[in-house]
Amino acid sequence: MAYSGISQKQVRHMLDTIGVARIDDLFADIPAELRLGKLLNLPEPMDDLSLQNHLRSLANRNHGTDKLISFLGAGSYDHFIPPVVDALASRSEFVTAYTPYQAEASQGVLQAFYEFQTMICEITGMDVTNASMYEAGSATAEAVLMARDITGRSKVLIGQNVHPEYVQIVRTYLASQPMTIEIIPTPTGTIEPSVLASLIDDQTAAVVIQQPDFFGCLNPVDKIADAIHAAKGLLISVVDPISLGLIAGPGQLGVDIVVGEGQPLGLYQNFGGPYLGFMAAKSAYLRRLPGRLIGMTTDHEGRRAFCLTLQTREQHIRRERATSNICSNEGLMAIRAAIYLAAMGKNGFFQVANLCFQKAHYAASQIVGIEGFELAFKAPFFKEFVVRSKKFPVDKVIHEARQAGLLAGVPLECWYPELGDCLLVAVTEKRTRDEIDALVDVFRKIGG
Amino acid sequence: MEKIDHDIKLLFEQSVEGQSGVNLPQCDVPEASVSEAIPSALLAATPVRLPEMCEREVTRHFTRLSERMMSVDANFYPLGSCTMKYNPKINEWAADLPGFTAGHPYQDVQDIQGSMELMYRLRQLLEEIAGLSEVSLHPAAGAHGELTAMMVVRAYFRDRGENRDEVLIPDTAHGTNPASCALCGERVTIVKSTPEGLVDLDDLAAKITDNTAAMMITNPNTLGLFDKSIKKIADILHQRGAQLYLDGANMNAIMGQVRPGDCGVDVMHYNLHKTFSTPHGCGGPGAGPIAVAEHLAPFLPAPQVDFVDGKYVWDFNRPKSIGKVRTFYGQFGVMVRAYTYIRALGHSGIKNVSDKAVLAANYLGKKLEPFYTLPYPLPCMHEFVISAEKQKDDHGIRALDIAKQLIDYGIHPPTIYFPLIVSECMMIEPTETETLETLDRFAAIMQRIAEQARTNPELAHQAPVTTPVSRVDEVKAAREPNLRWRYKE
Repeated sequence: MAYSGISQKQVRHMLDTIGVARIDDLFADIPAELRLGKLLNLPEPMDDLSLQNHLRSLANRNHGTDKLISFLGAGSYDHFIPPVVDALASRSEFVTAYTPYQAEASQGVLQAFYEFQTMICEITGMDVTNASMYEAGSATAEAVLMARDITGRSKVLIGQNVHPEYVQIVRTYLASQPMTIEIIPTPTGTIEPSVLASLIDDQTAAVVIQQPDFFGCLNPVDKIADAIHAAKGLLISVVDPISLGLIAGPGQLGVDIVVGEGQPLGLYQNFGGPYLGFMAAKSAYLRRLPGRLIGMTTDHEGRRAFCLTLQTREQHIRRERATSNICSNEGLMAIRAAIYLAAMGKNGFFQVANLCFQKAHYAASQIVGIEGFELAFKAPFFKEFVVRSKKFPVDKVIHEARQAGLLAGVPLECWYPELGDCLLVAVTEKRTRDEIDALVDVFRKIGG
Repeated sequence: MEKIDHDIKLLFEQSVEGQSGVNLPQCDVPEASVSEAIPSALLAATPVRLPEMCEREVTRHFTRLSERMMSVDANFYPLGSCTMKYNPKINEWAADLPGFTAGHPYQDVQDIQGSMELMYRLRQLLEEIAGLSEVSLHPAAGAHGELTAMMVVRAYFRDRGENRDEVLIPDTAHGTNPASCALCGERVTIVKSTPEGLVDLDDLAAKITDNTAAMMITNPNTLGLFDKSIKKIADILHQRGAQLYLDGANMNAIMGQVRPGDCGVDVMHYNLHKTFSTPHGCGGPGAGPIAVAEHLAPFLPAPQVDFVDGKYVWDFNRPKSIGKVRTFYGQFGVMVRAYTYIRALGHSGIKNVSDKAVLAANYLGKKLEPFYTLPYPLPCMHEFVISAEKQKDDHGIRALDIAKQLIDYGIHPPTIYFPLIVSECMMIEPTETETLETLDRFAAIMQRIAEQARTNPELAHQAPVTTPVSRVDEVKAAREPNLRWRYKE
């Protein structure tokens, strides 16, 4: 067996050293009646070549964004990944290390995480952040629990325009907690501050919004912040980091806790994971943050050094009184994001956001010019928008596009029955004018 | 050796105005006015500050950082309970196939059958290894699996009209166990260990109540011992209607030898990043699938990947499901690696893993026994604990000092100060992938460290001396938290 370091010949020597006759003797503590006594009902071992053929054939059965032109978004986006991200993040010194508990043996990643924390704080405009969460959905749920602990209140308001899966995850996390969830209706696509104000009361721990929201629209975050702050509750905002090259950072708009999906920052779509959750907050909430934090300090000779810090919040020390149970996080994905942001830099980060904005607005303007199609919402948007098909089934659009090698968008009916005639279309900087025009042609062909 | 230029400047200190590491396209569509499309209050007031560096400098920076790491590929890494085995390269090759990496989670299932087949097959493999009825691949990490499992247990009792909210946990448990319970709104009661390091059945009998939802046990436990009473524990719990949860962190010791389901376990989590060789990535991503007995299956997260009429589909029709715990379907890229690993090994290879992991641990334990205290006698399973109590009492050398000295020998230290019930604890897990030569070298170094504790204790106190920094001031880090670089305003 190629993965075992011990040869059959060496087994004898090792058994003699231990003083037992057979490997089986080492398992004597497992009662005989529980022992399997036979091989598991699993397939035979595979040689490397057969295994490669098998996996290649599975992969080849997929038709993903490597073969098709994608306008799919809804929390997973086909953004440009600079090759330098793969080259550096695949270094096995990063890939095969564990959590940096031993600071002196892990200065490299500790510094990278410190830089990641800095860049997340910069793009969000927040004071503090941790070294990653799993993904945006569970990070949102953790933010809600954090708000409950900070405020001691039991109600949370969530926009109807927050990613439906994130809302489901919050519901799951709160199912065993004495908390109530109310949905803020968003018939126009965005949260109306006066509607929100009527839902807020003195038990409201937090308002959860998404900016840009699930429909791609931009909400009046500053006014939403005023409404919840007037009642001394907190504002939690889920953000798309790519938008922050152009759109005001949550820190600028009064958000208290920011969470987000880091997949657009140099991570493959990977059929939904692994992704990169992040969470940032005002400094007052530092000690309530879940997860790992990296701090800058010095070594005993006064040189700059980094280490895990404020670990007394964490489960391995505080156990049932910890801020969270999170242990493994998304370390390597945070490294990817750090490399991505460093490579993009100030100018690249702005350019990507601007290209997304421009191409999405070009696509939208072309599609709404076609008879039978309109934008479902009038609110300003960033890189994603909802198209309503007034005459033709959405499935027809998706089908025709697929025939042309395009993934037209995500149908919304499974989450929003009232939007059964709607399609969520995402346009990233990767889409060329020709590709956008090909999508527009599909609409035109149907609309006539 | 003198250390020149030891600092690697932060990205922000290397920034040169106007530089960028990418070459992005010109806009090829007619440009719209941003300020007309978006209200000014919602636009960034100033451009986001990020480092400005050419690709060459980004590459040098992260390459140099990577040189300041210990890793499984370069170093022996006997970090107990973390199963730092070798991560086969074919796993990475498979996970990087564009057919897998380019899948969008909301694609039509017809376009993504290959990935769904892989998930379905992985489900089946993990069900068989667990000896349990159904696996959910949703949880993102081990602790997330624990949380998901406790939610499933809770939903099971609610469905029966019971509101049990007490969980029993042995004093040897991982910290995530009680934390996961707390997150799920459960109260934790600690069950003592016997002097032999196993669950104290009398204490269990005394602490179990009709309000006990479950007991979470790790078997083999964090002392590296298989609790032979597991069936009895299961019976005690089941008689009171409670569930037995297995923390599968230590599955590397028992897979192919005994199946948790056959021991009376109702629910367990796997750590794909431990047992099934997916790399740890400086802390993640991991994946924590859970396996459950039939009576808990209706409560698993939705959707479930299923195979119906010759086609792989998402089954959303699970009315008793706890719902979603993570966006989309789980850590797919990690699943590809674990699947590749299990298929490479097959039935005999899986058993060979636990055979060799247990053999290596016992061999190493035997070699260290003359020099360190083994609080629990051998044989052990895949890991064992030693105590540096003697070195501390006689020479003032603590487990931490030994750990730092190991770094100077190019070895990543074992887990230290855990489990909590052993003083000056070092928890050692060699894994099946290390060679005899490496094990012998480690034993020789540990012997030398023990001898040096007597002859030259200063060496241990000064260690490490070969690393870019000497011992790091963690007290200062906590007292004056500096968690981000600040630009000069």
